[in-house]
Amino acid sequence: MNVTVDATVISVRGLSNRFGAQVVHEGLDLDVRRGEVLAVIGGSGAGKSVLLRSIIGLQEPAAGTVHVLGTDLRSAESSVRASIERRWGVMFQDGALFSSLTVLENIKVPMIEQHKLPVDLMDELARLKIALVGLPADAAYKLPSQLSGGMRKRAGIARALALDPEILFLDEPTSGLDPLGAAGFDELIVTLKRSLDLTVFLVTHDLDSIFTCCDRVAVLVDRHVVAVDTPARISEHPHPWIQACFLGPRGRSAERALTLRTQEA
Amino acid sequence: MTTAQLDWREPDNGDAVLAVRGACTMQHLPDLLTRIEALRRVPSMLDLSDLDALDSAGALVLLRLLDRPQHYRNATVRIAHARPEHQALIELVAERAGADPLPVQARSSWHNWMVQFGEATSGIAAHAWELAGFFGTVNHCFWSILTGRRKLRMTSVVHHMERTGLDAVPIVSLLCFLVGAVVAFLSATALRDFGASILTVEIVSVSFLREFGVLLSAILVAGRSGSAFTAEIGSMRSREEIDAIKALALDPIELLVIPRLVALLIMLPVLAFIAMLSGIIGGVLVGAMALDISPTMFLVRMQDTTELYYLWLGLLKAPVFAFLIACIGCLEGLKVSGSAESVGRHTTSSVVQSIFLVIVFDALFAVLYMKLDL
Repeated sequence: MNVTVDATVISVRGLSNRFGAQVVHEGLDLDVRRGEVLAVIGGSGAGKSVLLRSIIGLQEPAAGTVHVLGTDLRSAESSVRASIERRWGVMFQDGALFSSLTVLENIKVPMIEQHKLPVDLMDELARLKIALVGLPADAAYKLPSQLSGGMRKRAGIARALALDPEILFLDEPTSGLDPLGAAGFDELIVTLKRSLDLTVFLVTHDLDSIFTCCDRVAVLVDRHVVAVDTPARISEHPHPWIQACFLGPRGRSAERALTLRTQEA
Repeated sequence: MTTAQLDWREPDNGDAVLAVRGACTMQHLPDLLTRIEALRRVPSMLDLSDLDALDSAGALVLLRLLDRPQHYRNATVRIAHARPEHQALIELVAERAGADPLPVQARSSWHNWMVQFGEATSGIAAHAWELAGFFGTVNHCFWSILTGRRKLRMTSVVHHMERTGLDAVPIVSLLCFLVGAVVAFLSATALRDFGASILTVEIVSVSFLREFGVLLSAILVAGRSGSAFTAEIGSMRSREEIDAIKALALDPIELLVIPRLVALLIMLPVLAFIAMLSGIIGGVLVGAMALDISPTMFLVRMQDTTELYYLWLGLLKAPVFAFLIACIGCLEGLKVSGSAESVGRHTTSSVVQSIFLVIVFDALFAVLYMKLDL
């Protein structure tokens, strides 16, 4: 098995995406380093989710290359592709849990499909994932429709973690959550990243999450990434969209909260 | 990086120390498990000084090697020389995995079976009650429209007339044409021995006018449109559109159910009439081509022997069937909750119920007509 110890786990070069006449991305470059939490922000319709889908291969790009863990997935053979795909986990916006299966069964799906493990071990592993994402134990036997939005997202992460991936993709993890739930989620991302040694790629437009849990922020405006930097430094970037976003009322309060927190600590 | 290797080490104090080397991760787990099964005794200590990689699945397997879930937390002290990050992960896993005892799950299958049987039985009664209630609600709304207190949505009615009526004409006429031909063939074969092939005319025309025309079109419409009603309203329900309608102070019955019902009430008799015609045309064709009954002869014989009121007896059933199909289709749609699976379940249930009830009512009509000597 080839283990990449490179600092870069995802590398996107010259990516272009089009839907008919509408150009979503053009000449987009982005690197994600091992062990960091990278957030992609941008306005609604800026193509954040399309970027995520291009990286995980759900969206065929018009041009450009995407390397994940050192492999170009578009040109790779299907067996190589599958082995890379097992090393990442994806949480979709509303969890995208299989609605006819219980949470426990949802988490066991990737385990059953990819590895032949004894049933009792799989059960215990699945319950461990449920505990790791902070769901109560009785959520295991519930159907997705019996869970709240926040719990569905947590269950979605638990399924994404089923195979102990190296990279975790999160599509808008805090959207639609109450402020306390969202804060809990930010904390969860940090905890998981630290204890499971994950690289996290996260699409968001929640400024609070950016300041609490991200190492770097990539700003996606005008069809490409205009800047990648730490949250504190990116707010000083001269690009007008970034200025409007970070120096607007919500950006300022999020940053103030961060400064207060660091002073207390 | 290689799969984890297990080696025994015998320190002086008599502990059974198992040294784990290599990678102890999800993808190496099957190999590791076979190696663990090959161990002949339970280790009392684990030495992780040469462990290269560890993930949460691997940590769980190592803990299982030492003790049972309730004691994972105490087992962590029996792991030696782990790297700090590995130690932290093992402690996290021990805490979370051992934290909750297993919730009590499913009872015996016999018990479950009895519970399911009971629930299904009481479900049927509750369901019949609910259906009767829905019939009442719909009729009440219908009455409000007739008396002018509510509006009939004409655009929607016409739209559904096209979808459930006009679009169904090709399939209904083709199917009835074929069934008409088959009925003609079957009866001709049976009657030929008595030299009474000409009776084929009565058999085809009477059966299609009184029974087959309306029954076949009702069954087709139940499969085609009843299921569509359930799926449409059901997916609206699962996306909270029905709630939105209510929150806008509108009535889903008036907005969604009545237009579909009115469209079917108008179109099912029309479809049934087309079905009767195509069935008879099928009979005429078979008569002309295989039985030496010319179309003229067929028509003259039909005029002599078949009464016109058979047509009305057949068409009279169509609005009743239309009411059943539309109400069941819409009610099942409104009962959908949440998931995509629920939409599928209710769609199936809607088709099964409407076909069942159509046939039951057809039988009731047959009894009624017989008692009335019609």
